Amino acid sequence: MQADKEILIKLAQQNPSELSPDELGQTALLRKIQIPRPLVMVNSSTSGIVAGSMRTWEAIEQYAAERSIDIDLAETGSIGLSSEDPVISVQLPGRTRIFFSRITAEKVPSLLDDLFHREVPDQHVIGQLYREGQEPWKDVPSLEDIPYFALQSRIVLESCGIIDPFSIEEYIAGGGYRAFLLTIRSYTFSEVCDLVSDSGLRGRSGGGFSTGEKWKAAFRTPSDQKFLVCNAEESDPGAFMDRTLMEGDPFRLLEGISIAAYAIGSNRAYIYIRSEYKNAIRRINNAIKILREMGLLGDNILDSGYNLQISLRKGPGAFVCGEETALIASLEGRRGIPSSKPPYPSTSGYLGRPTVVNNVETLSNLPGIIRNGPDWFKGIGTTECPGTKIFSISGRVKLTGLVEVPLGTSFDTIVNKIIGGVGKGRELKALHVGGPSGCMVPVELMDIPVTYETLKEKGLIMGSGGIFVMDDQSCVVNTVSYFMEYMNKQSCGKCIPCREGTRRMAEILRSITRKPADEEGHTTLEQFKGVMQLETLAEVMKDTSLCGLGQNAPNPVLSTLKYFRHEYEEHIFNRRCPSNSCTELRSWFIDVDLCTGCSICAKRCPAEAIIGTARHPYFIDQEKCIGCGICHEVCKFTAVYYK
Amino acid sequence: MADETARIEVILKRFPQIKRNALIPLLQAVQDEFGYISEEAISSIGAHLSLPTSKIYGLATFYNQFSFTPRGFYHVVLCNGTSCHMSGSGELLSELAKLLEIKDGETTRDGMFSLEVQSCIGACGQSPVMAVNGEYHSRISVKELREIIKQYREDAGR
Repeated sequence: MQADKEILIKLAQQNPSELSPDELGQTALLRKIQIPRPLVMVNSSTSGIVAGSMRTWEAIEQYAAERSIDIDLAETGSIGLSSEDPVISVQLPGRTRIFFSRITAEKVPSLLDDLFHREVPDQHVIGQLYREGQEPWKDVPSLEDIPYFALQSRIVLESCGIIDPFSIEEYIAGGGYRAFLLTIRSYTFSEVCDLVSDSGLRGRSGGGFSTGEKWKAAFRTPSDQKFLVCNAEESDPGAFMDRTLMEGDPFRLLEGISIAAYAIGSNRAYIYIRSEYKNAIRRINNAIKILREMGLLGDNILDSGYNLQISLRKGPGAFVCGEETALIASLEGRRGIPSSKPPYPSTSGYLGRPTVVNNVETLSNLPGIIRNGPDWFKGIGTTECPGTKIFSISGRVKLTGLVEVPLGTSFDTIVNKIIGGVGKGRELKALHVGGPSGCMVPVELMDIPVTYETLKEKGLIMGSGGIFVMDDQSCVVNTVSYFMEYMNKQSCGKCIPCREGTRRMAEILRSITRKPADEEGHTTLEQFKGVMQLETLAEVMKDTSLCGLGQNAPNPVLSTLKYFRHEYEEHIFNRRCPSNSCTELRSWFIDVDLCTGCSICAKRCPAEAIIGTARHPYFIDQEKCIGCGICHEVCKFTAVYYK
Repeated sequence: MADETARIEVILKRFPQIKRNALIPLLQAVQDEFGYISEEAISSIGAHLSLPTSKIYGLATFYNQFSFTPRGFYHVVLCNGTSCHMSGSGELLSELAKLLEIKDGETTRDGMFSLEVQSCIGACGQSPVMAVNGEYHSRISVKELREIIKQYREDAGR
């Protein structure tokens, strides 16, 4: 390690164009461009493991052992195609690396057999990755040519799924840590703040506040101690970009944190990460340990006189802790309850000291900005919103995964062109953007360029960048109801508009997705009144809630009432769910041909809605039916069906 | 009991600083060690940090990570993120509730199963996802769920 260390530091200091031929050879080896043995890399990120990549790993080990083939087996992160996991990539010496999708353990022997015979199987091929001096495979598409990669601008995700997240050598040989060394050697604190401010980088966690300005506020506040906190509490269900970044390229994040900490003149940085992210925690901890050994973290980093300690704190799980003041409260060992701003954390945060809270994606952008300069960064995206944004796309789509595009790209490009749209024979209905407190984007607005400003104009928000795609089989009201119940559970309970507002909204929405228990008492009218009240309630919550959680909680309701009012009306007046997903609104029928008249359904029906005589087909009285579906469950002859 | 006290003591020794911001890492260490936080653990932590037990309980109940009942032999984690919810994790949850006769955060009387609902496991491409003692089951239907639970019951019987 010791000898390696000096070489690596030397590599990190040099401009890639000034490397000697000897050093170029070294980098090619470290970057796994030139390899002595066949190399197999397995995606061991969370989505890979869930899909069974550890069994694939064992199968590869077994394959090599049985045939006594000398191969290198390495872990990597996700290339972003999480629905195609387990993804593995294979590289033979001198050839390009090929990526394969859905390689479960039993597919390993035949795949490797083919490849070692210099044949590429027809199935499971994603594409090949061209790198300098490698001989390409015939008839295999280049990764850059397939639509999923072709339309993306991968800047932050460039190494995810390609490099080994446990190897500092690979990160540095690929240009890593040059930005940090440049920062501590050539710039003063305020110069870094100016540089980032000039680049126009904005917080990627949703607010879109200028990162440089936030730093400057903390930098200007005099204090004996300042803190930098990396917000890795990614608790939006359906958002997995920060997790993928941390699992696939942890050194980039740590370099970003080091740059940010230097810029505000702080010697202490914390990573506040969700405790469920065990995989990411393992990788970050390993990376911190390596950096300490290398002398890139700790006291007097490379004789610059600058000290920095980074420690990891596991967040015990609360959605509200994504809000910066709540996060700080949690770090201090208190309940994660937000406090009113001002004072902003940048003047008085953790332990009353100036604290900057930045999101994982924001920090991962920094090495690139320092290395290539602010003008390079301003050349990507739009004038107000330079740079790229990573979106995590899930739901009823052909591919589930991450997409990194320049800001200003339309939803249409992201969802239809890159991801390939919804499944066969289905129709796109809406996009839910920004997690539980995000909003529903109708098909008509798919063409607008995605920036913080344009979305705001239409009353939409970007949030952290989770996109949930809905087709004609998904119900808008049901989805909104799910989000509202989630928000209700996650409300910290400090302020009344949020605590009670989310509860009432969840109740109203739940009542809409259910059949009324009886016809008495003007239930329909009550439900309709509920919808009228939803709007007033939403306004009150928006105006009076203490933090972003409560202020944004009504977003899904407001946006759907604006763009999908007809679905609410269909649920209320016709008691019908257009997409048939509200189980409790289903109408049940008995198939006359299949019913034997055993009477079990009639006995179990809680509403006494099933009538008939024994040994003759029974009928369901639709007026009385409450749609519980018990008859369907108890029927032994599958005679009960729904429409 | 004596064993438990000794194990708590070991954990407390790892946190020599008596500061409020050590509280959450301490509770996490106890949770990792025992799988739940016992009354005894709360009072020992209280004595160690000079904090009233009510404050500690108030904090621990606020966060999702901490549980107060021992985990079952099989700890079932069901994902109820957006993607899983839309692929039918709600039905899986009611089926689990029926099969095991427990709700989220509870443990069966025989100590065989405990159930936890998480907001997102992070494998939206494989939804719906369930994990039993860290072993993942992806893209499962209600029918497959019944088989999986049956299999675990049989394994435990052996």
